[in-house]
Amino acid sequence: MSTTDRVVPTPTPETRHYWEGAKAGELRLQRCDACETAYFPPRPFCPECGSRKVSVFKASGKATLHSYVINHLPAPGFSGPFAIAVVKLAEGPTMMSNILDCPQTPEALVLDMPLEVTFEPLTDEISLPQFKPAGS
Amino acid sequence: MTPNSCAIVGAAETTDLGKIPGMGQINLHADAALNALADCGLTIKDIDGVATAGHNPTELAHYLGITPTWVDGTSVGGCSFMVHVRHAVAALEAGLCKTVLITHGESGRSRAGVFARAIFPAVFDMQFEQPYGVTAPPNRFTLPVMRKMKDDGLTEEQLAMVAVVQREWAAFHPRASFRDPITVDDVLNSRMIAWPFRLLMCCLVTDGGGALILTKADRAKDFPTKPVYIRGVGESVETPVVSQMKDFTSSRAFKVSGKLAFDSAGITHSDVDHLMIYDAFAHLPVYGLEDLGFVGKGEGGAFIAEGNTRPGGKLPMNTNGGGLSYMHSGMYGMYALQESVRQMRGISPAQVDGAKISVCHGVGGMFAASGTVVMTNDPA
Repeated sequence: MSTTDRVVPTPTPETRHYWEGAKAGELRLQRCDACETAYFPPRPFCPECGSRKVSVFKASGKATLHSYVINHLPAPGFSGPFAIAVVKLAEGPTMMSNILDCPQTPEALVLDMPLEVTFEPLTDEISLPQFKPAGS
Repeated sequence: MTPNSCAIVGAAETTDLGKIPGMGQINLHADAALNALADCGLTIKDIDGVATAGHNPTELAHYLGITPTWVDGTSVGGCSFMVHVRHAVAALEAGLCKTVLITHGESGRSRAGVFARAIFPAVFDMQFEQPYGVTAPPNRFTLPVMRKMKDDGLTEEQLAMVAVVQREWAAFHPRASFRDPITVDDVLNSRMIAWPFRLLMCCLVTDGGGALILTKADRAKDFPTKPVYIRGVGESVETPVVSQMKDFTSSRAFKVSGKLAFDSAGITHSDVDHLMIYDAFAHLPVYGLEDLGFVGKGEGGAFIAEGNTRPGGKLPMNTNGGGLSYMHSGMYGMYALQESVRQMRGISPAQVDGAKISVCHGVGGMFAASGTVVMTNDPA
């Protein structure tokens, strides 16, 4: 998977901890100190109860394959058919991902298969959280 | 809202549909607006309320020469026009204006006079979706479907049948882009776009527009057209990024908007004679049938595949051929509304005999938003 021409995220004040974590090899989520909901994408308050008392924590990096398509349309920085997936994190939230280190076929991509986080460097500053089959 | 307090008195699409390279996008709005005004015998000076999406309502009002006392620029994707109808009813009931014009125009295919995206990328989209190679609705809107196939038993053949049935309806419409019959094999053998979606499970990309004119019901009988009353309305939104949709097998926005529309109309499902469910992709009518409550969870695919929504079926749906066969400019909702109006006026080329209640349900973005309108020609 080429990294040229890829869309590179621009962190905002509210998401900087997430991207700094990814650069350090950590998937960082947030959890509400009041209602204990773990949530994503980042924001400085709990989307369930509205509390501003939230903490950043290092996620387990474990997930399952929730749903996906195998994209055949051209996409900047990608070549050939590739999976665009949504993974369900062990902590509860869902997030988009590609599935690395795995054939990009319906036979190899089985719903609910266990996945683990990995990090794909796009630039010196930005590494993208990605998922691959657990133990691969 | 009060059921039947307001009515659609003017309705029209653009003079041409499909490929219109000689008309810039704002003029597609204007062409449809002028056609709708001619339809009901009004002039531009009679309009005092303006709603549109994709273009700023200021741009539209100035272009058409309107001095409005009420504007609505709600732009939540292809269902914006259903939402505009709801807002227009509220404005008319409140006396904020007397005659509302809702317009859509989109040069989806020719990209003539297009200088901005209809929906601007959200902060989450740029950071948490686009880096993974999502580029367009065919590889975004389709993402929940594998989950639905596993959890609810939806099949590729059932998805293909959505396209097959809608092509049967399109055959009635001289203005439909594609009218020749297709089979399940044709759909499954068409070009792969984003597994499991093939080309014929995806909407068209065409040029066109449409416009509606609404007034209070007490004025509606003064027009040359048969009034189409707004009996119920609903709207909601969920998330700008499909990866954050709470339940991949059901749309929260559909459920909220649909229930509001049915409750405000005071109808049950058995009252519905005609149904439009925005079909940017083949799975949307499946989700719509289930989330609006016409069938139980997991029954939508089989309901369509068994022929219940095809010509002669018990619940005629997407009778213009839909976004899959009639036309789809990008924000298709206006064309679904136009077909509901034609059905309620009794003038659709695919007319459902005796139809008195039509439900028109729209989606915006990728399960991001929803709007629902219940129309009737029988305000009694």
